[in-house]
Amino acid sequence: MSAVEGQMGVNASAAGAGLSAADSIKEQYLSFILGSEEYGVDIQKVQEIKGWDTVTRVPYSPPYVLGVINLRGSIVPVIDLRIRFGLEQIPHDATTVIIVVHVPGERGERIVGMVVDAVSDVYDIAAENIRPPPDALGSVDKVFVRGLACQDKKMLILLDVDGLVIASVNSATKAAA
Amino acid sequence: MAATILAVDDSASMRQMVSFTLKHAGYTVVEAVDGVEALEYARSNSVNLVLTDVNMPRMDGITLVRELRQLVDYKFVPMLVLTTEAGQDKKMEGKQAGATGWLVKPFNPEKLLATIAKVL
Amino acid sequence: MSLDLEMEEIVKVFFEESFEGLDAMESGLLTLDAQADRETINTIFRAAHSIKGGAGTFGFLEISQFTHSVETLLDEMRNGMRAVTPDAVQVLLQSVDVIREMTQSAQAKQPIVTVGADALSGELARILAQKSGAAAAPAAGAAETAADATTVAAPAQLPAAPATSAAPVKSGPVVPIIVAPGSIEGWRITFTPEPTLFQTCNDPLRIFHELTSLGQLEVTAHVGALPPLDAFDATLCYLSWTLVLRGAVEHARIIEVFDWVEAVSKIVYEPLYVEAAGAAVSKPGAALPAAVPPRKSAAPEAAAGAAVPATAAKAAGDAGSIRVATEKVDALINLVGELVITQSMLGRFAEKYEPADLEALRRGLIQLSRNTRELQESVMQIRMLPIGFSFNRFPRLVHDLSRKLGKKVELKLTGENTELDKTVLEKIGDPLVHLVRNALDHGMEMPETRLAAGKSETGTLELNAFHEGGSIIIEVKDDGAGLNKARILAKARERGLVQEDETLTDEQIYNLIFVAGFSTADKVSDVSGRGVGMDVVRRNINDLGGHVQIFSTEGLGSTIRIRLPLTLAILEGQVLRVGKEIYVASLVSIIETVQPTREHLSSIAGRSELFKHRDSYLPIIRLHDLFDIEPDSRDIAKGLLVVVEADGRRASILVDELLAQQQVVIKSLETNFKQVPGLAGATIHGDGTVALILDVPGLITNFLERQSGRVELAA
Repeated sequence: MSAVEGQMGVNASAAGAGLSAADSIKEQYLSFILGSEEYGVDIQKVQEIKGWDTVTRVPYSPPYVLGVINLRGSIVPVIDLRIRFGLEQIPHDATTVIIVVHVPGERGERIVGMVVDAVSDVYDIAAENIRPPPDALGSVDKVFVRGLACQDKKMLILLDVDGLVIASVNSATKAAA
Repeated sequence: MAATILAVDDSASMRQMVSFTLKHAGYTVVEAVDGVEALEYARSNSVNLVLTDVNMPRMDGITLVRELRQLVDYKFVPMLVLTTEAGQDKKMEGKQAGATGWLVKPFNPEKLLATIAKVL
Repeated sequence: MSLDLEMEEIVKVFFEESFEGLDAMESGLLTLDAQADRETINTIFRAAHSIKGGAGTFGFLEISQFTHSVETLLDEMRNGMRAVTPDAVQVLLQSVDVIREMTQSAQAKQPIVTVGADALSGELARILAQKSGAAAAPAAGAAETAADATTVAAPAQLPAAPATSAAPVKSGPVVPIIVAPGSIEGWRITFTPEPTLFQTCNDPLRIFHELTSLGQLEVTAHVGALPPLDAFDATLCYLSWTLVLRGAVEHARIIEVFDWVEAVSKIVYEPLYVEAAGAAVSKPGAALPAAVPPRKSAAPEAAAGAAVPATAAKAAGDAGSIRVATEKVDALINLVGELVITQSMLGRFAEKYEPADLEALRRGLIQLSRNTRELQESVMQIRMLPIGFSFNRFPRLVHDLSRKLGKKVELKLTGENTELDKTVLEKIGDPLVHLVRNALDHGMEMPETRLAAGKSETGTLELNAFHEGGSIIIEVKDDGAGLNKARILAKARERGLVQEDETLTDEQIYNLIFVAGFSTADKVSDVSGRGVGMDVVRRNINDLGGHVQIFSTEGLGSTIRIRLPLTLAILEGQVLRVGKEIYVASLVSIIETVQPTREHLSSIAGRSELFKHRDSYLPIIRLHDLFDIEPDSRDIAKGLLVVVEADGRRASILVDELLAQQQVVIKSLETNFKQVPGLAGATIHGDGTVALILDVPGLITNFLERQSGRVELAA
């Protein structure tokens, strides 16, 4: 009986641990590649993934706002994340990917495209596995980063899409001379 | 067989109220927006009762009653005019034109049905 | 549909028709000023009457009561018993406002405030008391109003204490005999109807039947008056009756039963007193109840709960919905049908295509293009509403304002049926109001001044609307004093807007009044003249993609001419190219495009570049500079200059090439991105890429301001 009890005790504690693990909130992230880093964005914010498209330049835009594209009749701005994060620019070609996200805005939803190198995978990440970003982050502005996650021995930089979009779209435009 | 009532009033809401009340009580209702429309209808259709407002454009209720009484089929159809309390004259005018009686506005559905039950 | 829901729907109809009726009353009253027309008064009366009746029926007692006084006044007017005076009309107009407010409260399920109504009731009573017409005995009059105030639902009999009332007027109702309760055991009624009784379908049997519900009835018919058979007319009534009704019934109740036939019959009521030894025939005592306790009308239960959502929707004023004529919808359906046919025809080629089919394919595509264009036009039509919806507030506004200012003004409206886009219509309303107020306040002279100047005492204000090209033109025209150029110029110089030595064209001077804060009014009236209006007016018109121009002749009057696009969603555009970029400019703003020759080009202080176009010098806007584009060439002579105009100012824009002219659908840049200076939006090109739409007025303004550091006027 004591053995059983003992066993039950062990199981009980294991069950206890399992209970809390099952309870933890898991979010899904779409990960993409930029240079040597891998980033993740909340899958719920992703509307679609599309290939490269002709972008129309918009005057008075910061360099990372490439311009606008036609997405099934809507005028959607496109942000080049490489430029945004200060990485070396590479030419855009048929392999370039645009991740279209939607974020809340004053007039309802705002749809924006982000140019990335390639899309990677979708990960389930538990909330407690997300660590706050370190102070010395380097290329990416801390403002846009929700945190870092460790997944399969890889480090994922989780982006705050809302913050990123708002900051990018509203940034001061360079006035013409 | 359900009795048919011709309801005449230029006010759509009044017409609908009357119509609604009468239909729920099992009557068949024909609506007309003024005397001209009502007379037109009456020339080729018969009803069991005419209920008409007095103040209407084109042809008022009193004239309508007078005109209807000229039609053979309407000599003995009960006709009621809708009048306001202040219109004592209208009641008499209505009677002189041939109206059976009157119903005073504003009226409620119960009153409407009770009055109609008296003549139908 | 459930009882309550159906009733709700009916009450909604009541509100709608009441608002329409109030509008009809207002416009009718406004014409009464000029000329009192019998039919108009009748129409106004009927509208008030309907509102009163409906309000009472649906339980809105405050509205019903107030409208009753209005109706009474109108009734007297239509009967010729009272003259139509400007004062009375004014009170009636104010009454319409009050009724409208009360109805709006009722519709929004809010408590009805009677402050305004009470105040006006006093006014109405005052007017009604003045020289009232031929005499209904004051007692009867008072009694009637008392009865009205309690909104008795039952057929009104005389109110309380008939013992004190005067003899009934004309064929007034029967005076009920009051008896002490318990003193009678019934009534004997002698009922002798006139022979023509049946001709009104009044059936004695029905009356007797009703009496049996009050007590026990014995009926004795008298056949004495029956004629011989050969003289017998079956449509006449030759009978009379004696009825004995046993029961302690109130006289008033019995009178009610005979209500409809009372006037055409001789009826004698005799109370049957209880015979008890020593019991005197009772007389009315102080403790007796009134003959007919006035019954508060039991408002129809549905009306009491009538719940109407707060949104009042009138077609023009409501942003959320549109009333469309069914013909427009039918036309749309037809066009969609044609489109479907074209599509299936073209679809066949997707299955099987041979080179010989090319011609048929081409024709099919042309047809498709036609179908699409017609469909587009038809859909645009749906959003089109007549400008009358906006114009219709002006008769009242002009009436009230001219009275207030002590000026005599006649308003003429033309082109009320001219249609324009619903949104444009909604947004042009306020600017128009401001322009009209301005014209009345500053433009129109006082009657004495006009006479002294040899003009007619009554000024004319015209509002015209008509289509021209792809636009709608709205004119606000007055025959007042016109703009005083000297004063405007002086004021502008005072404010440093114009240099001392600068000469301006008339047009430029007039345009000065559009500058923010500019007003030559000596004193600021509360109507206008605070100077905050005109710049906002111009901005609103510009935001709609339109222009405003002023024409004026001192002493004769001014005309303000507004040009607006027929629709906001579609632009007639000129596609142009600068370097590798494609832009679209609104055709409305383009005067012409020229290939400049070197002798027409010059520059000032090496700074502003100018182009000599006909007799004026236009600043040259280098779009490639502004937008940071690599152009084909920086040499102006190698490019094209597009001469544009906005708000009376002209400039020229340097481009590399003009492409097609086409209609483009305006898409918003702001939805997902933001507003960009110099751009009015974007559109999708035929090849699926985005082309940006230029904001020409904005470009001109910004460019010129930047060039000179202040607002500059094109020389």
